[in-house]
Amino acid sequence: MVSVVEMPEKTSQITASGPEVRRGLIEIKQLDFAYGDHQVLHDVTLSIAPRAVTAFIGPSGCGKTTLLRCLNRMNDLIDGARITRGSVEIEGIDINAPGVDVVDLRRRVGMVFQKSNPFPKSIYDNVAYGLRIAGITKRTLIDEAVERSLRSAALWDEVKDRLHVSGYGISGGQQQRLCIARALAVEPEIILMDEPCSALDPIATAKVEELIRQLKQQYTIVIVTHNMQQAGRCSDHTAFFYLGRLIEFDGTAKIFSNPRQRQTEEYITGRFG
Amino acid sequence: MNDEARMTNVEGMTNDETASNAGSPSSFVIRHSSFGRGRFLEALTFWIFRLATYLILAAATYIFLDIGIKGGRTVFTRTAPFINVAFLSQAPQTLYVFDFAGKKMTLGDREFRDWKSVHPGVEVEATSVAYSAGGIWPCIVGTALLVIGSMALALGIGISSAIYLSEYSRNGPLIRLVRIAILNLAGVPSIVFGLFGFGLFVIFFGWNVSLIAGWFTLGLMVLPAIITASEESLRAVPQGLREGSLALGASKWQTIRKNVLPYALPGILTSSILGIARVAGETAPIMFTAAYAMKDEMPWQVARFTDFFFQGVMALPYHIYVVSSKIPQNEYTERVQYGSAFVFLFLVMLIALTSIVLRERSRSRLSW
Ligand SMILES: Nc1ncnc2c1ncn2[C@@H]1O[C@H](COP(=O)(O)OP(=O)(O)O)[C@@H](O)[C@H]1O
Ligand SMILES: [Mg+2]
Repeated sequence: MVSVVEMPEKTSQITASGPEVRRGLIEIKQLDFAYGDHQVLHDVTLSIAPRAVTAFIGPSGCGKTTLLRCLNRMNDLIDGARITRGSVEIEGIDINAPGVDVVDLRRRVGMVFQKSNPFPKSIYDNVAYGLRIAGITKRTLIDEAVERSLRSAALWDEVKDRLHVSGYGISGGQQQRLCIARALAVEPEIILMDEPCSALDPIATAKVEELIRQLKQQYTIVIVTHNMQQAGRCSDHTAFFYLGRLIEFDGTAKIFSNPRQRQTEEYITGRFG
Repeated sequence: MNDEARMTNVEGMTNDETASNAGSPSSFVIRHSSFGRGRFLEALTFWIFRLATYLILAAATYIFLDIGIKGGRTVFTRTAPFINVAFLSQAPQTLYVFDFAGKKMTLGDREFRDWKSVHPGVEVEATSVAYSAGGIWPCIVGTALLVIGSMALALGIGISSAIYLSEYSRNGPLIRLVRIAILNLAGVPSIVFGLFGFGLFVIFFGWNVSLIAGWFTLGLMVLPAIITASEESLRAVPQGLREGSLALGASKWQTIRKNVLPYALPGILTSSILGIARVAGETAPIMFTAAYAMKDEMPWQVARFTDFFFQGVMALPYHIYVVSSKIPQNEYTERVQYGSAFVFLFLVMLIALTSIVLRERSRSRLSW
């Protein structure tokens, strides 16, 4: 009963072009995923366009987070969690293949978590963390990167005078943008965001959404959201999941104005979920 | 509905009691009847619990007052500097007691020899009391050395294995076996550790009664506590910090070193300080592995560097044991017994206090 999923036109165009435009392209192919015996993703096939925002929507527990965490192999950390079929390819490379360096993968695929998790270090050290991990020690380089990342995360003006206060000494919205800045500092190609605004007030949410719209100039962004309006406001493509299956995937405008599936329509109009 | 049922039940009971209490139908009398055995039992249990609790207070007060007063006589002086420096800085000496010119003289070893040279030809009948003059400086040093070495050893092994258990291992049968081993090790009486250390380190490895044998024995004894405390502290570090670090391209070990261990370390160290109190306090594990009743040289007075590790030392708890049970008791022995106990208790309290201060500090600094 699962529909034939139509890829957004933009994606297929880009896939057909040369390697440079494939930068940041993610292809999920017939993915099945299970926690132990409990299968939570069923036959998900999805192609995520580079330099655009793709939103995953769907009711709680439908597997959005799980799928997102497949994209940087964060599920490796969970005992018994595994892909049982299918593959995830980034720029044409199967990220679960034996030779793949997961550390390198995660540097290229940044992640912002649902619960903002600044490190109990200064704002500066939070942003510098990924660079230092990567072995960069030159102070001027780190200074530059910290400023650039904080500016990209639209946080610089708010914290430039207190870079050495704890990452916990700022508001919740600022903490989440700090986490985004931290992810940007290592210059990833793809940024995964798992409900980044779920704990934020409307003003902070608006700031993060504005930020997401700007970041897509340079990054492929995948955002999980609970919030229909948010998906509508800041994504180019939207994938609707239900009970571990991809029900519909299309341009955001299309999904919201004229969904093909009845379930999608019911979810979007708030009749369930 | 439940409430209703209970209410009817109560009423039913009241009715029964009314019936048994023939001749007194008023409800006032019914309530009065509960002054019987039930009330008495209530009051009795209340008082048993209450007394048990106050007993602790009484015991603590007695112990601290007893040691404080008797030990204070040794450790403090009436004149400046008000602290008995000799007791804290000298080695134990034999005490000589004798009558001379109608006066009772109590002199330490050296003083007695000096006195004899000043009074040549005077024959006195002196009673000697071992270890009861001089001080306990070598015991303080020995205990400090034992604590430092064994804690370094236990922290090194303990933190490593706690990291392995909580960060790397998956919960297989072998790991479950390891956990059972840790639990069992924690329950082994300290005298058994002493015997084990004697058999393995002193005899089999041929280390003799030595600092290093004491380090290993004491280290093994506190190891379970350190592993457990370290694991707890590691687990208290939120998973989000690990994921956040890994998501930035950090390797597992980088994540642990830079973003887990630093936050767990204050907790590990504060709980370990209580381990220090245990290591400093136990007599049984060191009495056949590391402790000498009496030693004239200080630990650093060794011919070769390696001899340092293979020498026995004096230690506070063992010294208390020796002066309280290995020498004939009389009015002169109390001075060293309670003086040592006082110093010992003071050191342990200092350690505990440090632990509390450290914990409060790190608590306010690390919050997530
Ligand atoms: N660590 C886990 N272990 C076992 N089951 C899990 C785990 N995480 C999520 N699940 C299950 O997987 C399903 C999908 O969860 P999730 O991906 O978090 O959904 P969503 O993000 O859409 O709310 C749920 O049924 C959830 O109970
Ligand atoms: Mg989720």
